Order: sequence, then structure tokens, then C-alpha cells
Amino acid sequence: MSATFETVAGIISETCDIPREKITPQSHAIDDLGIDSLAFLDIAFAIDKAFGIKLPLEQWTQEVNEGKAPAEQYFVLENLCLRIDELVAAKAA
Amino acid sequence: MRLEYFDMIDTVVAFSPAENRIETRSTVPAAPASPVFEGHFPGRPLVPGVLLTETMAQASGYLLLALNRLEQMPFLMTIDKARFRTFVEPDAVLDVAAELVIEGSGYAATRARIAIAGKAVCDAELRFRLMPFPADMRALMERRMAAIGLVPEPA
Repeated sequence: MSATFETVAGIISETCDIPREKITPQSHAIDDLGIDSLAFLDIAFAIDKAFGIKLPLEQWTQEVNEGKAPAEQYFVLENLCLRIDELVAAKAA
Repeated sequence: MRLEYFDMIDTVVAFSPAENRIETRSTVPAAPASPVFEGHFPGRPLVPGVLLTETMAQASGYLLLALNRLEQMPFLMTIDKARFRTFVEPDAVLDVAAELVIEGSGYAATRARIAIAGKAVCDAELRFRLMPFPADMRALMERRMAAIGLVPEPA
């Protein structure tokens, strides 16, 4: 598993008090882990700090609410980690 | 300050958009002027820590409103590392400062502190959810900002 996933899983485990072993790359943050929008802001804060990025949460939420993107694209952890890697790469470019 | 109305910030001393920082000042009311002191505590009036936290949150909130030019309303979401280092009594003059730590998408984090005559009283790390203004709240916040002398950063 990627270093990004390990960092994100650690953040989720610590922030939401979820046992680390329950968090897999296929976990859906909302449907499987029960993370609500408020808790996800805490996670976004920790991810932003850890990776030096700004997760575009408002944009993602809008896209999902308007049916322009499936929630899985952003909230399944392996996909979330891909988005993080993209943001990190874009920042470094 | 009007404790029972949660009107915690009296005036803005300095607002620096470049430094993402605000300095404000508030005077704790005299003991007979606030019913808060009737209960906290009878014969030994002290400002409750929860109201000092609210004071730090309001200074932070005004900072965020001024920085985002009242585009979104900050609502207190998380309090971390709150420390209450000394008692605060009636008539105390509080210097309340807040600075932006990080502004993310839909949230912002600040660090705030209160001092009396240069002596640290309390400090905390706060996070706010940034949301669209509920109906009529923008006008209310505009009036409150004007009342404390806070002018948002020019567009």
C-alpha cells in the first residue's frame, strides 16, 4: 500500500477513533467508516497539513451533489489518495 | 463585553490582512452588571472558561470574516489545546488576539490568545466550518463588525 494511504489511514484512525485495521484502501469514508461531514473537515485539516495541499472539498461536494461525479471518486480511500497524490504533484510542478 | 448576550469583543485595535492577524480589546463588566457572576461564583466572581473560549472564537471569527470579506460565515467546529492559565475577574481589560493558521476548503484554523497587561490568560487552537451565510446573518455580522470598528480587507 502507498505511503499516502498509510498516512491518510493513520489520520482517519486518530481523528475519528476508528481502529486502524478497519481502514482499507477500498473503504468508503462515509458509507463504510461512518465519517460525517464535520469529521471529514477535521480529516481534511490534518491531510492539508501533512501534505501541504488544500483538498478542494467544497468543489468535490458540489460535484457529487450535482451528480457530476460519483462520491466514490473522492471518498473511497484509494481514490482519495490518488487525488492527494495529484495535488501534491501539481504543487511540486 | 456583555457576557450574557455573548457580545464579547468591544473594539478592534489592529487588523492586519498581510499578517492574517487581528488584535482586539474587551473590558469585563463589573460584577453587579452581569448575572453571570451571580452564579460563577457567589462572592468570588470569575469569568467562566467557556466564555473566554467564546471570546477567542469571536476574535477569530471576526478575523475570518474580514479576511474573506464576508463571503462565508465561520462556525466554531473544534477546540484544541485550550489552556486557562490564570483567573479573570470583573473589570479586567482583555487583549484578545487571533491569527490564521490555515485556510482550507470549507474550514479555517486559527490560534488565539487572551492577555491582561501582557500576562497570558488563555490560549487555544480553533477550527471553524466556513458556510454560506444563513438568512439575514450577513447583515447582522456587518453591523457587528462596524460596531467594533472592523473594516474588511478591500476587494
